[in-house]
Amino acid sequence: MTLTEKLREKISRAFYNHGLLCASYPIPIILFTGLCILACCYPLLKLPLPGTGPVEYSTPVKDYSPPSSEPGHQQGDPSERPDWYLGAPVAYIQQILVKATVSPWHKNFLAVDVFRSPLSRVFQLVEEIRNHALRDSSGIRSLEEVCLQVTDLLPSLKKLRDLLPEHGCLLLSPGNFWQNDRERFNSDPDIIKTIHQHEPKTLQTSATLKDLLFGVPGKYSGVNLYNRKRVVSYTVTLALQRYDSRFLTSLRSRLKLLHPSPNCTLREEHVVHVHFKEEIGIAELIPLVTTYIILFAYIYFSTRKIDMVKSKWGLALAAVVTVLSSLLMSVGLCTLFGLTPTLNGGEIFPYLVVVIGLENVLVLTKSVVSTPVDLEVKLRIAQGLSSESWSIMKNMATELGIILIGYFTLVPAIQEFCLFAVVGLVSDFFLQMFFFTTVLSIDIRRMELADLNKRLPAEACMPSAKPVSRSQTYERQPAMRPATPHTITLQPSSFRNLRLPKRLRVIYFFARTRLAQRLIMAGTVIWIGILVYTDPAGLRTYLTSQVTEQSPLGEAGLPPMPVPGGVLPAGDAKLALSVFPSEPVQLSENQTQQQREQKEGLESRNGLEANQQPWAQGPESPSNGQPEPGTKAEVTWGGEDEEIWRKLSFRHWPSLFSYYNITLAKRYISILPAIPVTLYLNPREALEVRHPQEANRYHSFFPSSLGKLEAVDRPGEALPKLQGHRDVTLYKVAALGLASGILLVLLLFCLYRVFCPKNYGQNGLSHSRRKRGDLPCDDYGYSPPETEIVPLVLRGHLMDIECLASDRMLLVSCCLVGQIRVWDAQTGDCLTVIPKQGLRRDSSGIFDYQESWDQSPDPKNGLEDPFDNSHQLKRMLSPPQPPLFCDQPDLTSLIDTNFLEQATVVAPEPRHRTVCSRHKDTGYNFGRLVEKVYEEQSASNCMNFAGFPAPHGQAASCARTGSARALSCGTGEGGCSARRKSLGDEPLAGFEKSSPVSAWAGDLESSVWSLDLRGNLIVAGRSNGKLEVWDAIEGTLRCSDEEGQSGITALVFLNNRIVAARLNGSLDFFSLETHSSYNHLQFRGTPSRSSIPSSPMYSSNDLIMCQLTHTVPCAHQKPITALKAAAGRLVTGSQDHTLKVYRLEDSCCLFTLQGHSGAITAVYIDQTMGLASGGQDGAICLWDVLTGSRVSHMYAHRGDAPSLTLSPLFPAQDLGCGASLGVISDNLLVTGGQGCVSFWDIGYGDLLQTVYLGKSNESQPARQILVLENAAIVCNFGSELSLVYVPSVLEKLD
Amino acid sequence: MAESDAAPTIPKKCGPYISSVTSHGMNLVIRGIVLFFIGVLLALVLNLLQIQRNVTLFPPDVITSIFSSAWWVPPCCGTASAVIGLLYPCMDRHLGEPHKFKREWSSVMRCVAVFVGINHASAKVDFANNIQLSLTLAALSIGLWWTFDRSRSGFGLGIGIAFLATLVSQLLVYNGVYQYTSPDFLYVRSWLPCIFFAGGITVGNIGRQLAMYECKVIAEKSHQD
Repeated sequence: MTLTEKLREKISRAFYNHGLLCASYPIPIILFTGLCILACCYPLLKLPLPGTGPVEYSTPVKDYSPPSSEPGHQQGDPSERPDWYLGAPVAYIQQILVKATVSPWHKNFLAVDVFRSPLSRVFQLVEEIRNHALRDSSGIRSLEEVCLQVTDLLPSLKKLRDLLPEHGCLLLSPGNFWQNDRERFNSDPDIIKTIHQHEPKTLQTSATLKDLLFGVPGKYSGVNLYNRKRVVSYTVTLALQRYDSRFLTSLRSRLKLLHPSPNCTLREEHVVHVHFKEEIGIAELIPLVTTYIILFAYIYFSTRKIDMVKSKWGLALAAVVTVLSSLLMSVGLCTLFGLTPTLNGGEIFPYLVVVIGLENVLVLTKSVVSTPVDLEVKLRIAQGLSSESWSIMKNMATELGIILIGYFTLVPAIQEFCLFAVVGLVSDFFLQMFFFTTVLSIDIRRMELADLNKRLPAEACMPSAKPVSRSQTYERQPAMRPATPHTITLQPSSFRNLRLPKRLRVIYFFARTRLAQRLIMAGTVIWIGILVYTDPAGLRTYLTSQVTEQSPLGEAGLPPMPVPGGVLPAGDAKLALSVFPSEPVQLSENQTQQQREQKEGLESRNGLEANQQPWAQGPESPSNGQPEPGTKAEVTWGGEDEEIWRKLSFRHWPSLFSYYNITLAKRYISILPAIPVTLYLNPREALEVRHPQEANRYHSFFPSSLGKLEAVDRPGEALPKLQGHRDVTLYKVAALGLASGILLVLLLFCLYRVFCPKNYGQNGLSHSRRKRGDLPCDDYGYSPPETEIVPLVLRGHLMDIECLASDRMLLVSCCLVGQIRVWDAQTGDCLTVIPKQGLRRDSSGIFDYQESWDQSPDPKNGLEDPFDNSHQLKRMLSPPQPPLFCDQPDLTSLIDTNFLEQATVVAPEPRHRTVCSRHKDTGYNFGRLVEKVYEEQSASNCMNFAGFPAPHGQAASCARTGSARALSCGTGEGGCSARRKSLGDEPLAGFEKSSPVSAWAGDLESSVWSLDLRGNLIVAGRSNGKLEVWDAIEGTLRCSDEEGQSGITALVFLNNRIVAARLNGSLDFFSLETHSSYNHLQFRGTPSRSSIPSSPMYSSNDLIMCQLTHTVPCAHQKPITALKAAAGRLVTGSQDHTLKVYRLEDSCCLFTLQGHSGAITAVYIDQTMGLASGGQDGAICLWDVLTGSRVSHMYAHRGDAPSLTLSPLFPAQDLGCGASLGVISDNLLVTGGQGCVSFWDIGYGDLLQTVYLGKSNESQPARQILVLENAAIVCNFGSELSLVYVPSVLEKLD
Repeated sequence: MAESDAAPTIPKKCGPYISSVTSHGMNLVIRGIVLFFIGVLLALVLNLLQIQRNVTLFPPDVITSIFSSAWWVPPCCGTASAVIGLLYPCMDRHLGEPHKFKREWSSVMRCVAVFVGINHASAKVDFANNIQLSLTLAALSIGLWWTFDRSRSGFGLGIGIAFLATLVSQLLVYNGVYQYTSPDFLYVRSWLPCIFFAGGITVGNIGRQLAMYECKVIAEKSHQD
């Protein structure tokens, strides 16, 4: 034993034990693996989310200097410095955050007053900023020198030309809406409309103009009619080219001086640098998308191979989960050990998945499901694992080796990739062994349980003793299917494309894939996602705020501390500067004029403010003191105001700069700490700036809201209410959306009702729940369209039906006990039952009688003829009789008497043969007994002949009964010994089973082996060699021939010739002759049907004689198994491997066809002289009947070919071990399966339809299929017949 | 051109039934078309990868055309892939050794993914020098062959294709149809043969899979007949 073998055995044993373990404790192991995955993925939480979001880095504002563009010499800690922090930023952003409120608030103010006067102050503020200049030793520096000069807007943004600055400083403020013109603002009747005129109507993808100009998110600006806090905030945004700390400091201090914010606790310590990543363009996206498409194709094709499991999708999901979580684990583990991924995760992910692969999982599944199914689940898993252990280990080692080779390429990117791949491979192996194996064991167990449940009823009705476990499995996998004779195998790919009309195929495709539903579902999900994301209160803002929280500067040092105005101590240190009085309108004029002296005038202004302070506090203190309706709002500065730019869309700055064709991709901007500005406006000012139209517009509804507003709006409570009440419109939109959604659903429902039939799904309810595996023909999980065809089930036979014959209108069936029933092929009514028990057509009564007779089996009864006669006579008189036979009651009763007499004798006997032998032994010669009666009756018949119109049938019947019995004793042993179809045991079993049947089955003494039907005559060949001609309508025996001794195995009835093939290989030719010359042939049916080829109607008036014209004594050496006649030729096929062709007229043997190497099982000949034969050797030969030469032959089957049909174009054979088949039209093939009939397209081999014959008979195969010419198909399954009409073919024929 | 040469070389092995003969020809055409489109698609995608790295330079007036590459590149690649994809199964048939190794669509997909990955690596990964890049790619290509093909005929054909294609591209560059930004192997990049080899193997894999599908159908059909 070599080393590898030893190793192999060890590995195999280890896997075996492992499999046992996994299958024994599935739940703990799954929990354990879940914990492992979570633990390994935990370090991933620290990783930044992949994406193109901006990255931040902050430096203290103190002694900030722009970084040098050289990466080499930099001060500070280089490890924390991101690699993009090189060189000067694109721009420095300085925001001046203004918070303004009208205070105190009067009750009769309008909603517009909340923001109109605060907005009006922006013009003054902008003017102040624009004109700010720093004077120091180096001269005067104005804003123009440091600010970012922008040029033209992009040509596509012409409509924003008035609103955004061009050819100058990039300075944005809400005043841009009015071109920074105070007069325009004052004359604007509707501020809200002006602000919102450029808001996009559709989904917002980037920053809107309002956001750009206000500099704060729309939610925070407070410019709407429902602003309960009555604080308006906006920013003046300034983009600077250079960082001039002194200029900025002077601007800051000046603004703070002019508009002090007393309770502002904003920290102004950090400059935040925001780096924007490259925007992914379409060119980058296409390869990425392609790799992902390939990845999904790979996963799809891989998981498609998972088969023979309970839940395919579940296992496929488990496989994908295995791979993905192993990748996550690998990244997590690598991070844990200090290796941060530098590669673009999204790009290498597909390659990692492909490298790790799903192969092992599939191999495992395949190996486990191919273990013997009767083993225990544990053992199956263990065996499957151990059998594949070696290859799994080998693959694993190979892959590791390849990846290790890759590691030695010494390219950092490839090394990293390989590292991840190695860790991923190992963790994937771990997960396969623990997670997937356990899931597989659970699945297999579920499948066994399901099979167990399913198998119980099946076994109950299956006569075969062979335990067929996991029948579902067998039907899915042809390779594992046992050779049960009633399953249909077809090569899988041939039913890929349905040969249906294209329209139907499209519809079926839609129906099968549920494409419409899935599309709608996906669309809805995407829509909801977009809604949630773009909703102002929704996910996007949440995410952006989350992102800001994550950043190192995000956490505010201090919690938001709203300082109520009343608590503000009068003796505050900044009190002197705290409140800017309501004078600035006048002051601003001063300031604009005297810009130069501002620096100097600062002190005096301070003095002025100090003077005005008592005035400012004047309105403040009374509002605190007395509960006057006019309340004073207080502007608070909290943590949420710090770096309010974070609440903007992260596309805010890129889109702003992109308007000027400046890209921020791979570059950064530095955002300087905002300068807080607080504005208090007094009511007088608010009233002054009010537009005259506004008073009219808002007057109507405002008081009511104001009242509410007053009730709730105490300064302390204002803050929590702030978020909730801002966007009433949002709720309106939501309600509207809900309503429209409901409407849509209702509409769709109505449409559905209109387009779908009312009883949709009700007819086929019992079928539609069938599982896929039940269908006979769907290896690929494709279920053929459930059919609308409802088969007509003909019931009546008690035993299995053995022979079946039909012409166009009638259908004759014969069961094992020899009962012949004639059915109307159109309606399915049972017309006649032969032999009849009396003249009743109702079949139900017959067996009742017999049962009553059987229950008192008295052997003596049989011998007492008179008693019987009288008894039966009484019985038979009682039912109402058809008028035709009313004159012959006694004769029929005699026949019945014979039956019953026989029945009583035979009933106790278990076996047919013993019956016969006993007859011999005991010497009861029933024949003689009955013959006596017969002679009497025939005498009376002769007497009646002149007078009665139809005596012959009766006479024949009598003769038949007598002769049947006479013959049976002589040739009884011939019948049961050799049955052609190996049914020998079955009838016996049937006899034992059902006593009522056996009661008169024995009466006939021989079963019908062959049957044919022409016109209204049924020709039946019996096992005892007797040939009988019955009238199909009246159920009377017209003539019979009992010359042959050997059982008639096959029968052909053509025109007026009957050819019977016997068991001993002889061939008898009979001819039927009618003795009445008039009314000889009349065509049955209405004149409209006369176009149908002649079907001679032998009227009941005629005396029919059956004459043996020829006998070919030794046509074949062995029993003739197949017999067909057409076009004046008769073809016989025998077990002696030969075929013979006879001329029908003179029974002259024309050819002996040799070529088969096995017994002939099927022969087909049609009017065009095409002859085909199928043999047990699996060969099919085509012959030329005219020359007797073999045209071609093929070996298509391994087994024998039990049935053969020839269509004009193709010879159609049985399918493998198929049960039965027939060809309807040129291209439609019918095959019988387990409880169903399938229609196939011959030309393409596609399954067209499957018709289920019944609900309870899934185990009953359709044994025989007969195609009627009116496109009805008769299937014989068990004791029932089914009539299946094919509507499309019907149409074609009509 | 070569596609039409390849067509008659495939023997008509199917029986006397006309339908299967016609469907065989049909199949060939369908396969050719499918392969052509796969080639076009791959060419477009991989070209995008290369253009991002500014590896190839097309004349500036052409670069503005569809998909920012010369119009003649995708059809050429498509034709080449059709030829190669038909050539591989044809060669298998002539040699009488049908390719049995990993004949599944999932394996083919894996192969395609690895091929795209090799291209990706050649375009995006920073290598120290060209020798390293070429050696790595060569190793990867051989690994691709060993993982998905493992047939000597496939290897030989791949080598031949790589040689021919490199020759053609050399000629093209020499005549100034296009150029490489930093040629290090005469006029082209030294990793080009590796890419061509891997591409040949991949397209051959696809072609074999398609051919196998066709064979299965025909075998089935003849079985049924």
